[in-house]
Amino acid sequence: MSTDAMSTQVTDTDLRTRLQDWIPKLVLSPSVAMMVVFVYGFILYTVYLSFSGSRMLPSYDLIGLANYTRLWGLSAWWTAVINLAIFASLYIAICTAIGLTLAILLDQKIRGEGMLRPIYLYPMALSFIVTGTAWKWFLDPGIGLENTMHLWGWESFEFGWIKDRNMAIYTIVIAAVWQTSGFVMAMFLAGLRGIDNEILKAAQIDGASNWNLYRRIVIPLLRPAFLSAFVILAHLAVKSYDLVIALTGGGPGRATELPATFMYSYTFTRNQMGTGAASAVIMLMTIAAIMMPYLYAELKEKK
Amino acid sequence: MGFLDISNVTKTYGNVEVLHRVDISVQEGEFLVLVGPSGCGKSTLLNMIAGLEGITSGDISINGRVVNGVHPSKRNIAMVFQSYALYPNMTVAQNMTFGLEMHGVPKPERDKALADVAKLLQIENLLDRKPGQLSGGQRQRVAMGRALVRDPDVFLFDEPLSNLDAKLRVDMRTEIKRLHENLKTTIVYVTHDQIEAMTLSTRIAVMYQGYVQQLGTPKEIYDKPANVYVATFMGSPAMNVVKAKVAMREGAPHALVTGHDGTDHALRFSQDNLAEWDGREILLGIRPEAITDPDGADRNSNNIVPITNRIEVIEPSGADTFVTMKLGGRDVIARMRADADVATGRDFTFAVNMEKAVAFDPATELRIQP
Amino acid sequence: MAAVTQDTAIRTGRITRTFIYLVLVLFALFYLLPLYVMVANSLKPLGEITGGNMMALPGTWTIEPWLAAWSTAQIGVEPTGLKPYFLNSILMVVPAVAISTVLGALNGYVLTKWRFPGDNILFGLMLFSCFIPFQIVLIPMATILGKMGLAGSIPGLVLVHVVYGIGFTTLYYRNYYAAFPTELVRAAMIDGAGFFRIFWRILLPVSGPITVVSVIWQFTNIWNDFLFGASFGGQSQPMTVALNNLVQSSTGVKEYNVHFAGAILAALPTLLVYVVAGRYFVRGLMAGSVKG
Repeated sequence: MSTDAMSTQVTDTDLRTRLQDWIPKLVLSPSVAMMVVFVYGFILYTVYLSFSGSRMLPSYDLIGLANYTRLWGLSAWWTAVINLAIFASLYIAICTAIGLTLAILLDQKIRGEGMLRPIYLYPMALSFIVTGTAWKWFLDPGIGLENTMHLWGWESFEFGWIKDRNMAIYTIVIAAVWQTSGFVMAMFLAGLRGIDNEILKAAQIDGASNWNLYRRIVIPLLRPAFLSAFVILAHLAVKSYDLVIALTGGGPGRATELPATFMYSYTFTRNQMGTGAASAVIMLMTIAAIMMPYLYAELKEKK
Repeated sequence: MGFLDISNVTKTYGNVEVLHRVDISVQEGEFLVLVGPSGCGKSTLLNMIAGLEGITSGDISINGRVVNGVHPSKRNIAMVFQSYALYPNMTVAQNMTFGLEMHGVPKPERDKALADVAKLLQIENLLDRKPGQLSGGQRQRVAMGRALVRDPDVFLFDEPLSNLDAKLRVDMRTEIKRLHENLKTTIVYVTHDQIEAMTLSTRIAVMYQGYVQQLGTPKEIYDKPANVYVATFMGSPAMNVVKAKVAMREGAPHALVTGHDGTDHALRFSQDNLAEWDGREILLGIRPEAITDPDGADRNSNNIVPITNRIEVIEPSGADTFVTMKLGGRDVIARMRADADVATGRDFTFAVNMEKAVAFDPATELRIQP
Repeated sequence: MAAVTQDTAIRTGRITRTFIYLVLVLFALFYLLPLYVMVANSLKPLGEITGGNMMALPGTWTIEPWLAAWSTAQIGVEPTGLKPYFLNSILMVVPAVAISTVLGALNGYVLTKWRFPGDNILFGLMLFSCFIPFQIVLIPMATILGKMGLAGSIPGLVLVHVVYGIGFTTLYYRNYYAAFPTELVRAAMIDGAGFFRIFWRILLPVSGPITVVSVIWQFTNIWNDFLFGASFGGQSQPMTVALNNLVQSSTGVKEYNVHFAGAILAALPTLLVYVVAGRYFVRGLMAGSVKG
């Protein structure tokens, strides 16, 4: 009965309408095809390689979990993972703190906001390579900050983190914070500007001090901005590659290796493609764990 | 066969049927209003006529042609949208002629049509402006102008007045009515406003929960509502519907309703067939204007019943005074003349025009036909 | 209570305000300092850097380092300067930005105005592809580019950047078009306009703001990319890779002034775009990708 109705409908449909039904899908198809091949196909391929005995070139003999076992047995990988944990937590925490502080301060009807905002934001326009180059020399004890302080008469000043195995990872945090914190500020500022002024007035009439106003009302209302900032910073942290290359080159020694640099060197210079693929899969899983709930919530909400 | 035929049309989204077997036949030159609360399916039906949504089963035909699978632009229809949907980047003139341009109408003809319609709607001075520079009422006119320029078989209006303020809405309503009377176009008009439905239409389809509850002229809908839903939806204030018991007195059926103090009032029906309901419960429907002060009662009515009951609330509205009392345990509103002598808490003699009363079956909520 | 402006909801005293300005200015210095150091030192002779204070303004002003960075500096093994690599970057960025923006606009249009079952899942997959660590695709990409004969070429880089850029451009246009009234599209359909005509005549004319965002975002990202350039650049390396080669080169004397000039040259196009249109970019970004 119902299929009958459907078929008459199809024959009634004129050519143009039927074409119009297909055009949107045709237009979308190149992008979908690229995505399927270059993103999800490639992911599957890399996952496959991570279970294979690939060395210099891809090979298709499956060796089970051997690459993963080897990976977690490598001290270089552990260094990279621990570095990432240090780097990511400090980077996210400091960027958020600075971003939130600057946004709240800028939101106090500041004269010259129009001038300050672009100053905070411009580092975002630079490549990590440029940022790395700049900070590399700025932090270099021989010609940078330390030298300057000595020339200015502070003879005992020492700042040689970039040459120090234990401290070099923190210089990466400094440069990364410098690059991104202004952007986080902009996110929080947009959030603050979106808060209904009447809520703030009501809170003041209720007798809240400025401190309490922010602690109890404003900051809780910024929850979405915190979430967005966290997701963006976390995924940038896991992907960090260029900055390490430009700033420390992974050194001194291997002191500032991150998973991204580890993967690159194992795959392309040390000919351990299987192990490299396994490390890439772990990076992907880390990001997926952060992004999936966020994307799911975003899409569901917009429906 | 009508000019626009909707026969046996249903619409399902997934497993949910949102329109159930709708049958409406519209004659050429008719002004059909689809009215109902939000979610009743009226806009879905309009979009199906326009071709903006597919038909799950059934047929829609316009001017003798089944248009089920036909592209919206090939149905020879024009539509006025709730948000007006004026293209923000085009001038008023470009907005109005865009459809003609898309249909390959040569420029001189487009300009002629534009000039005619602009004159008709008195928007000649707005033609070079962008929609952003227009007031709400002007946008509304342009949106109608865009539809008129096309000279289509059927005009579709989707709540076109709902974004206007109260005064402008009344003015535009008159304007639309005048346009229809001058141009004799076929119009399908969707609204949730029952006053718009009453004033504009030649026929109304009252919709609720995906069903056409009643299809008829405004007078039929108002005086002979098919069921309790239609009775209470149409009219403001709504029709009073109270529980009553039918009893035979002096050979005629009466409705017994309880007053504020528990005593029964007997209201004689003008409808004789209610004798069959002797001793049974019914729902009695009386419109507020059928309950008045004695001096304000309808002089042409043969069946005015006086009842004395206590006044609970008085709401003067300028032209009328609305008086609330309790009948059958429910609030009942009476519509008095502005200078009726009423006071809160006092007993008052109301004149009930039983010629206008209707009775509903309490089980089915359908009107008991005379 | 201190003097208070009428319209602000939050009131602050004079001492607090002085403190606020102090903090804000200190942070401004923090952000400006590296730029100042780069510019100042790029205009000094090398001797002033190694023997002097990096904070000081040049004693002798010179544009020699800039000329060297541009045309004579040793990049890898060739003394070509950054000029050819700058050109590579331009040749890579322009088509990649154009193609990914056009595709993103069309995708956004389809995903909001021509919806079909499953469109949300497709969009979710596209969105996730913006965030993947690119290490996961490096190996197969190298293989495929080789098989397609695009390894080490500009078209190869364009392809890579388009593929991994359309997620973002689609996201921007989708969010922008989602706020565009669907009734307008329906009106145009009834008026007789088809898929492309509606896009061209109705949506595109009002897409200026989001196109600015999309173009700036893509331009900045692609210009600043290092990973793909280093992995697949081959003979056609972009500016960032060349700059890194210049700075990291271990042979000879380290010409810091030339390095700084090169770094500024590499940053100049994006900084310029940022100065000219940054305001629109931030505004659009806030509305587009993250709801604050």
